[in-house]
Amino acid sequence: MSDVTVHADEHVHHPFLQHQFEDLGQQHEASTLGMWVFLATEILFFGGVLMAYWIYRTIYPEAWALAGEQQNTLAGGINTLVLITSSLTMALAVRTAQLGSRRATLVFLFATMLFGATFLGIKAYEYNAHWHEGLFPGSHFTWHENPELAPKVQLFMVFYWGMTGLHALHMVIGVGLLVWIISRAWRSHFGPEYYSPVEVMGLYWHFVDIVWIFLFPFLYLIPHFGVLHG
Amino acid sequence: MADIHEAPHDVTPLPTYFFVFIALAAGTLLTWYASTINLGWANTPIALFIATTKAVLVILFFMHVIHSTRLTWVVIIASFVWLGMLFVLTFADYLTRFWAID
Repeated sequence: MSDVTVHADEHVHHPFLQHQFEDLGQQHEASTLGMWVFLATEILFFGGVLMAYWIYRTIYPEAWALAGEQQNTLAGGINTLVLITSSLTMALAVRTAQLGSRRATLVFLFATMLFGATFLGIKAYEYNAHWHEGLFPGSHFTWHENPELAPKVQLFMVFYWGMTGLHALHMVIGVGLLVWIISRAWRSHFGPEYYSPVEVMGLYWHFVDIVWIFLFPFLYLIPHFGVLHG
Repeated sequence: MADIHEAPHDVTPLPTYFFVFIALAAGTLLTWYASTINLGWANTPIALFIATTKAVLVILFFMHVIHSTRLTWVVIIASFVWLGMLFVLTFADYLTRFWAID
């Protein structure tokens, strides 16, 4: 038992150990568990939207196929690769923080932010194109071929803008959080003993990546399967 | 007791990260390529299968769940069980509504 006391005493002095935790290990577990509980709510949040999308796809397969053809598959595919790469750099940032390499952590965090910004840039390019094509839902929505399908194509675009918009919002929040994590890494807050904020940042970032891993096939590839192939 | 909490810091080897990354990139190219071929009804399940595999790789290795505590596993599995209930119960309604008409 005296061993435990000595350990506890040593760690009480770590500046980032909150008083309610025994030690940094316990604090780390609580942090990651808390993030996962939040991500569980996010899984159900995005899952619900995907489910609604799927139901309308089964009801209006022709409109979904037409709307799917309006999507820029190349831009979506490149963005998928950009996000996957950002997840790799994020994972490497966590790893270098664990190993106590401040400079490498900063480089990888910055690279992650850069890839995140690249994703948002490509997304903005797509949004701009859709906007000028009249594919934003509302009074300016234009769809001349098959007028009878116009309301249903518009419904697809509601899902498209809503789902990618929610995802992009998560990306913007992620980039904002990265600025904060970078500023802490800059001040040498992290090391082998304490890197929980980098790890938790990574959990969030990878989750947002996973959402896109599903959005890409759902919004860019699957829509036209039903009619063109079925 | 102290030991359990003192050493949760499993550092993932670099090759693991690179293999996962290559698998994710390959999956992306594969799902795009598969979408250009007419495979009939199989197109959609293939796209969903590739996306799910990619997600599992990210969760296990990038998110370090493979080294996480059992409590974390419980939270993650529970969230997917709830998602499954949402899907199964809702689809059981909507996807069967038109059966009677035929």
